[in-house]
Amino acid sequence: MSIFVDDDTRVVVQGITGGEGKFHTEQMIEYGTNVVAGAVPGKGGQEVAGVPVYDTVDGAVEAEDADASVIFVPPAFAGDAVFEALDTDLDLVVAITEGIPTQDMAKVNKRLSETDTRLIGPNCPGIITPGEAKLGILPGNIFESGDVGLVSRSGTLTYQVVSNLTERGIGQTTAIGIGGDPIIGTSFVDALEAFEADGDTKAVVMCGEIGGEDEEQAAKFIAEYMDTPVAGFIAGRTAPPGKRMGHAGAIVSGSGTGTADSKISALNDAGVPVGDTPNEVAEYVEDFL
Amino acid sequence: MRLHEYQAKEVFADAGVPVPESRLATTVEEVVEAVADIGFPAAIKAQVHVGGRGKAGGIKIATDEDEARQYADEILGMDLKGYTVEKVLVEAGVDFENELYVGITMDRGEGEPVAMVSTEGGVDIESVAEETPEAIAREHIDPAFGFHPYQARKVVYDAGIPGDIAGDIASILSTLYDLYESKDASEIEINPVMITADREVVAADAVMNIDEDALFRQPELAEMEDEAAEDDLEAKANEYGFDYVRLSGNVGIIGNGAGLVMTTLDLVDHFGGEPANFLDIGGGAKAERVANALDMVFADENVDAVVFNIFGGITRGDEVAKGINEALEQFDEIPKQVVVRLAGTNAEEGMEILNTDLVEVEATLEDAVQQAVENAQEASQ
Repeated sequence: MSIFVDDDTRVVVQGITGGEGKFHTEQMIEYGTNVVAGAVPGKGGQEVAGVPVYDTVDGAVEAEDADASVIFVPPAFAGDAVFEALDTDLDLVVAITEGIPTQDMAKVNKRLSETDTRLIGPNCPGIITPGEAKLGILPGNIFESGDVGLVSRSGTLTYQVVSNLTERGIGQTTAIGIGGDPIIGTSFVDALEAFEADGDTKAVVMCGEIGGEDEEQAAKFIAEYMDTPVAGFIAGRTAPPGKRMGHAGAIVSGSGTGTADSKISALNDAGVPVGDTPNEVAEYVEDFL
Repeated sequence: MRLHEYQAKEVFADAGVPVPESRLATTVEEVVEAVADIGFPAAIKAQVHVGGRGKAGGIKIATDEDEARQYADEILGMDLKGYTVEKVLVEAGVDFENELYVGITMDRGEGEPVAMVSTEGGVDIESVAEETPEAIAREHIDPAFGFHPYQARKVVYDAGIPGDIAGDIASILSTLYDLYESKDASEIEINPVMITADREVVAADAVMNIDEDALFRQPELAEMEDEAAEDDLEAKANEYGFDYVRLSGNVGIIGNGAGLVMTTLDLVDHFGGEPANFLDIGGGAKAERVANALDMVFADENVDAVVFNIFGGITRGDEVAKGINEALEQFDEIPKQVVVRLAGTNAEEGMEILNTDLVEVEATLEDAVQQAVENAQEASQ
């Protein structure tokens, strides 16, 4: 089993004619993802990687019966692209785009709360159920099908932890990058809830980072609602206050909220061991299984 | 991007928020000329992005020309928590009776902006928030509808602002929200708003942070970016388009992806070293960008050794290796020892290309960091 995506997911790619959109559509298809359509205004009737392109998401969904979208639209237009996807009643929208203005995302977030659609991202690597489907830019070859769920705010850190797991022969049910922005769709708690409900997920890894209070909320959720064991990692222990560490969301505020220490102690209090290195996280998971 | 006080005050004044008369100065003579126009008392305020400027000696009130000259001489060029003061704002002193706080920021948990007002102005609002949270009135703003006038009045009354100035404060708050929205601010605050004996309100300080991801549609603010940069290296990073933060250690760090670069910094610390910087080359970097990254880190004189850690997803190991070769082959002698770790997409192709006469190679993240920390310790001895 898996969460959010599988063999049956039918995907429309927004921004399929751009460089990134085209390249990753090919990669997704090669991995086995059911990419059924593309959507780009003014490009309706074209074909990319053997996939028909429509002018609107609505048109693509109607003609090809898509239930999920992946967004590779440049930041200035990505907020609008998410709105378009949300107005089409898809089950899942994955926004890869990095650099969407926060105020655009605040409006998207408002609209999202009025729909039943799940948004993953933005500024994320996407989601993969190994051996079935990937929606996004994750390098498929490093993942293996298995028992561990993985949720992370960062892309390349996910790859690092996955490679530490794979070296030990530990595979994944589903891996999700939820994104490094201040306002995101799917939170740690949403992903943990889904992994807890998934019978095949025997352990979960969550990779957090400085900024915001999502990890603290996740710790509360784990303590109250989870039986599945969770191992954690928090990036940014050495980050100084007031400096944005790459991700728009990775910033410790002046008063010390959002620090790595606060997140690590919240997770420890919830019974979650937090690794000092990515390799230590994999060791904890090995002990769980 | 954080604007300097003088930049934020220009933006506020243009929008009709009352600010004291002021002039920017970079030399003692300019300060003396400015006080001659503005009169006494006059505040001389260091323009650096440092909290607690006043306590650290970066703000002085001059009551005559001699004092102005003396304070200007002290403050210009002084080191304020690691930053050299190059500009001061000379500002008419305000004779105040009370200090308030007003601000708007993004509440990440709620995913919407929140307006805040407090009668406890003039002190660090974050410590007020921790110690006496009830002293700050808050009103969340639906980003789809904007900030209704009644909400501005409500939060002002909730904060216990006296009735005779409540209208003025509500009006300032509404203006701040207009700026917050139209200028893509991530945070905007006045701390303190001063209340004078004649019940006038004046913005004595000004904080305005702009969402860097929105600078593409804020050309006027983007122009202020270079002026707002505090550090030559940070300015250079802007030019190259890198996410870069300068730190105080001696191990230079380059990597791809914010989370993995932060982790590399943490591991440097874990193995007993001190990170010199955060540098994220981003996703899909080509050889030239890789070479620029090395150039940046070599330009930091604090750096004694470098660790280059790439886990390729959309970044390709062969491009990274090409970039490293290009950057290093131009030197007769490599300025700082570089340890490279390549994993992920095309890592094997990269390892074939990489000129291992010029760099050390390690297979794991931990080994690479440990080696770089040792190199830095040796080089600094």
